[in-house]
Amino acid sequence: MPQDGFEAKVTSTEKGSVVELSGVVNRAAKDGMEEAYRRASETPGEILLDFASVEYINSTGIAVIVGILAMARAENRKVGAVGLTDHYREVFQITRLSDFMHIYEDASSGT
Amino acid sequence: MVSLRKRRKTDDAAVEAQKSDADSKTQLIDSISIPTGDPLETVLLTAGGPVEVTGLDIDSDTLAQARDSGVELIVPLIGQGELLGALYLGARLSDQPYSTDDRRLLGSLASQVAPAMKVAQLVQEQQAEAKERERIQQELQVAALIQQTLLPKELPNISGWHVDAFYRPARAVGGDFYDFIDLGEGKLGVVIGDVTDKGVPAALVMATCRSMLRGAALRHDSPSAVLDDVNNNLVPEIPPAMFVTCLYAIIDTEKGDLVFANAGHNLPYVRTADGVLELRATGMPLGLMPDMEYEERTYQLHDGEVMVLTSDGITEAHNVDGEMYGFGRLMGRVAKKTTDDDMVAALVGDLEKWTGSDAEQEDDITLVVVRRTASAEGAAATLSKSAPEQVLTSFTLASEEGNERVAIAKVSEVVGPLGLDPAKFERLKTAVGETVMNAIEHGNENNAEFEVGVVVAATEVTVSVKVTDQGGDKEIPEAEQPDIEAKLAGEQTPRGWGLFLIGQMVDEVRRESENGTQTVELVMNREGDS
Repeated sequence: MPQDGFEAKVTSTEKGSVVELSGVVNRAAKDGMEEAYRRASETPGEILLDFASVEYINSTGIAVIVGILAMARAENRKVGAVGLTDHYREVFQITRLSDFMHIYEDASSGT
Repeated sequence: MVSLRKRRKTDDAAVEAQKSDADSKTQLIDSISIPTGDPLETVLLTAGGPVEVTGLDIDSDTLAQARDSGVELIVPLIGQGELLGALYLGARLSDQPYSTDDRRLLGSLASQVAPAMKVAQLVQEQQAEAKERERIQQELQVAALIQQTLLPKELPNISGWHVDAFYRPARAVGGDFYDFIDLGEGKLGVVIGDVTDKGVPAALVMATCRSMLRGAALRHDSPSAVLDDVNNNLVPEIPPAMFVTCLYAIIDTEKGDLVFANAGHNLPYVRTADGVLELRATGMPLGLMPDMEYEERTYQLHDGEVMVLTSDGITEAHNVDGEMYGFGRLMGRVAKKTTDDDMVAALVGDLEKWTGSDAEQEDDITLVVVRRTASAEGAAATLSKSAPEQVLTSFTLASEEGNERVAIAKVSEVVGPLGLDPAKFERLKTAVGETVMNAIEHGNENNAEFEVGVVVAATEVTVSVKVTDQGGDKEIPEAEQPDIEAKLAGEQTPRGWGLFLIGQMVDEVRRESENGTQTVELVMNREGDS
């Protein structure tokens, strides 16, 4: 059985924070993701989720992202995404996640 | 010290001694087994109460072992005449001998403990039996899945011909199979076969044999060469004591010419204007011995003639008096003309009348009927363009979280080489992951003992992935577009994306519930817009 490892590294930038995600984004990533969001939200500005090192996102991972977006919305915080493969970009469009978070082409174009 | 005796099935029984307290004066004795037939067993069974070790004069190793361990009194635990266990007691802590009252008390205690132990043993046995039944049921479901996946999904559609088939598995799925192979130039290969044995072993041999037949049919023009080829390839592969009976015929759909060879299968019947013929050709079943010879015979099917191929599940079906349906009755039924000439319905109906419609089917029942409906000569004999389906892989997974990614990896391994458009490939992978995850979590409710079956197949135009769980008749809800606004506003749970995603990722999703299993089939067109 593959290991469902997930890590989130938060760094602050001039425009906000970047959360570098890696591994598997599924329901097991919920606590890690929320903790990363809390740390990132200590810095004002946009929170950019960087998916470049993410291997796999499933529907339970989408639910985790929706949960983060709901938190951000309640705090009036902008959230963006970068580093998505073409496939996950499509998934974000189909699920309408991309209507509620800006999808950047690459990290340099984001925060 | 209380000893519990495992319920005896055949020979020895184990008696274990357990430590009973932490008092410094008590001693722990080692496990003491009473082998079946040991004289001590008879003594304990007949004593009618606690037995003092010192008073015993029998030749018993067990008794010697008990004495060495300091045991003074043995209290047998007897239930329904069976020695279930024993209490082994050393010297009293007061160093006084055991009194009559002590023995009475212990005897009374034993008589109350024994029934409870008996019940516990029976419960254990029933649980083990239920588990075994469940395992067998799962195995049968896997066998049925393999078999049904490999049988043709569509019948050949040929001008001037009517081809029909019927397959009904028995509860313990057998190894029947049939197949139609488009050989080009208006020629159709027709196969019917039966693997000895039942369940998964038969299903696997059937799958192997079917693939070998398909390969050989494309390499050789002659049915006897095809059977010879398959036989030689099957002999080293097939488990001992298993074999396959099989008839292979090639029909020239323009001329009506039939060439056939038979590896020990039921003879085909042809209903002609003058009665019913048996088409005989000799040959040993496949997989028994290498280098067998298969006789090849020919026949010309004329307008209105019907060829009927059957499996022995029909001829060997019994009625309530234990009589077999038999070849004579089958031949008689084939000879009768029905108003709409639906041979399959007529034969199945007659068989059910024979066995009784409520009778449990003993073996798989397979029928293939080929009728020449009109002069096909000169007519454009167009074989159906429905390309045959090829199974790329089939496997099962335990219902454990994370195994959906194992499924994705295994599916990718066989679908990768098909050269699917990369975007479609990624979508299929996501759909497979979500479907397997649903099967694990919702169908099998995360019960690791329930397996998820996956079958990947491809035709020239589609790739399909079937995912089967043991979810019974639970209804799979229809996929709905999740309301992301409500989710973001906290009015709905953030979850609930799986079914929606599956529907969006593939070209078609088919669902089927049968015999306590649920199958979701994901179909992806190989061509078309990405």
